[in-house]
Amino acid sequence: MIELLASRYAYALMFVLLGIGLYMMIANENLVKKLIGVNLFQTAIFLFFVAVAFVEGGRAPIVPADPNPGEIAMASPLPHVIVLTAIVVGIALTAVGLALIVRIYAEYGTLREDTLREVRADE
Amino acid sequence: MSSVELLPALLIAVPILMATVPIVLGLRFDRTGWSVTAITTAGMFAATAYLAADVYATGPVVHVLGGWGEPQGIGIELVADEFSALIALLVAATAAGLLAYTRVGGPRGNTFYAGYLLLTGGLLGLTMTGDVFNMFVFLEIVGLGTYAMISSGDGPESAVAALKYLILGTVGASLYLIGVGFLFMATGALNMVVLGDLVPELMAAEGEPTLLRAAFAFMFVGFALKVAQWPLHTWQPDAYQHAPDGVTPLIAALVSTVSAYALGRVMFTVFGPEFLTATPYLTEIVVTVGAVSVVAGSTLAVIQLDVKRMLAYSSVSQFGLIVAAYGLVTEVALLGAIVHLIGHGMMKAGLFVAAGIVALGYGARTVDQYAGLAGERPVTAAGMAVLLIALVGIPPSIGFIGKWYIAVGAVQAESWLVAGVIFLSTMLTLAYAARLLEKMYFTPASTLESPHAPDAVATDGGDGDADETPAVAGDGGRLADADRRGSPGAVSFGMLAVLVTVAVTAVVLGFAGGAFGDLLKPFVSEVFN
Repeated sequence: MIELLASRYAYALMFVLLGIGLYMMIANENLVKKLIGVNLFQTAIFLFFVAVAFVEGGRAPIVPADPNPGEIAMASPLPHVIVLTAIVVGIALTAVGLALIVRIYAEYGTLREDTLREVRADE
Repeated sequence: MSSVELLPALLIAVPILMATVPIVLGLRFDRTGWSVTAITTAGMFAATAYLAADVYATGPVVHVLGGWGEPQGIGIELVADEFSALIALLVAATAAGLLAYTRVGGPRGNTFYAGYLLLTGGLLGLTMTGDVFNMFVFLEIVGLGTYAMISSGDGPESAVAALKYLILGTVGASLYLIGVGFLFMATGALNMVVLGDLVPELMAAEGEPTLLRAAFAFMFVGFALKVAQWPLHTWQPDAYQHAPDGVTPLIAALVSTVSAYALGRVMFTVFGPEFLTATPYLTEIVVTVGAVSVVAGSTLAVIQLDVKRMLAYSSVSQFGLIVAAYGLVTEVALLGAIVHLIGHGMMKAGLFVAAGIVALGYGARTVDQYAGLAGERPVTAAGMAVLLIALVGIPPSIGFIGKWYIAVGAVQAESWLVAGVIFLSTMLTLAYAARLLEKMYFTPASTLESPHAPDAVATDGGDGDADETPAVAGDGGRLADADRRGSPGAVSFGMLAVLVTVAVTAVVLGFAGGAFGDLLKPFVSEVFN
């Protein structure tokens, strides 16, 4: 078990971060903090993809200028590209989410979900 | 590369690029959004029809982006096959047809139409992508478009509903992305066709492919969120109810439908029937999730007071039926799921258009307020009645064909649970449809109408003039009481034409059960062989 954690700590960390993100989304009453939870949740997945790409003893995936480089171990570049794309998607989502929160604040004057529920119940 | 092969890429790129045009033109002109969108969606509908005709005549059309065709599976592929062409046709037709409603019914404004085009492009991309990671990107584009569309409503409620959907939808898409990660770990491929070949090999080599099972589990939960399966459906009623009346038909007809299509694509093209049936408890879990959604969704629909909310819960149950049909893993059930996917999308678009017309022209939003509708608005009431009866599944209608195929598939697979649930769902659908029918046709309009819900859409004085300046968000529901009353003049001919067309099509397609079977046969038999 200890050995597994020592060699696979990136995956364990990913699930811990996923859990923290999910907990923030559910338990935190502040809408901005909920969105930070969403971001943490996504970041955990980025970490997961980067960990997948790791190759023991591998180098950065840059093709050498030498036409005959022989056998070289390289980290897989594809997950890195995936993470780049996913980061961009995540930024767009955060922007839309924040825009919605700004509008909710302008309309109701609160960022807290429990207060929001009360305000909406009164209407 | 022939011109047909370019179409899948153009169908995605053109609407997304055109989405910038209304904003740019909006700097100078006020009312360009609708015209730009109408021209674009009409062109897209023609192109999709041409593409579909080619697909059904000569087989699937594949476009490899950027020319990365060799070796196979390196580049991102866009695939129009028998399954995706049908869904693309539904997307393009709904997006084009619905503009007849938004022309007068709103929401207006150039930014709204920019979002409309972005959403349409994303939906077509999600329909035609042949790459599991690309599917995630389109899932998020569709999500972003949907959040923007929902929040374009006048009231503050719509922003809350959109944020709720944003948080849950992102979790769903992220869970799908984790599934993609596990799939990539197991196989090293992202192309769906390549994955479809590798999965059986891996199963033969390993016997118990843990990574594949984990991948499927994450993907299924992610899609269950996106498709709104009980108990992950909570975002859907709020989103459908608080979205503007002109947006709900688009979202209800397409967003969940295309997500459910994507689930079917992942289940049958990527994992394949062999994996689905060989993995213990997998089909049982999928069928149970679907069956529970059917019962819970219809039961919740029966007790709703708001018509749009009732139709939203009805979507939960109808998609439950589709997911349960996927879980049966037989040819006939898959065919039924696809037909019901199309049929439900069409019927729900029509029903939400009808709900919008009634809210606009009659001022009714709750079931009780629909009393006496048939006498005052015969065309709207008749269109709604036909669609409700079709949704129940009474022949001849498209709703009947889908349910019939699923029921036959359930009996063939000897899954008496699903067969029973289909029967029960028909009864429950009848229960909430009959409530509305009874109010519309047999309850006289009471003179003491209850006042409107505070989020009622403004009718702009009800002069029905299409050339009004774009309404500023926030003025809805704040008008004087006299203006809150729905005005018949606000209902345009185009709106009624859309409703009648959908209702007639739903009935006419009821005679096309065999045609659907013939069109989809190549896809279905390829999956199961």
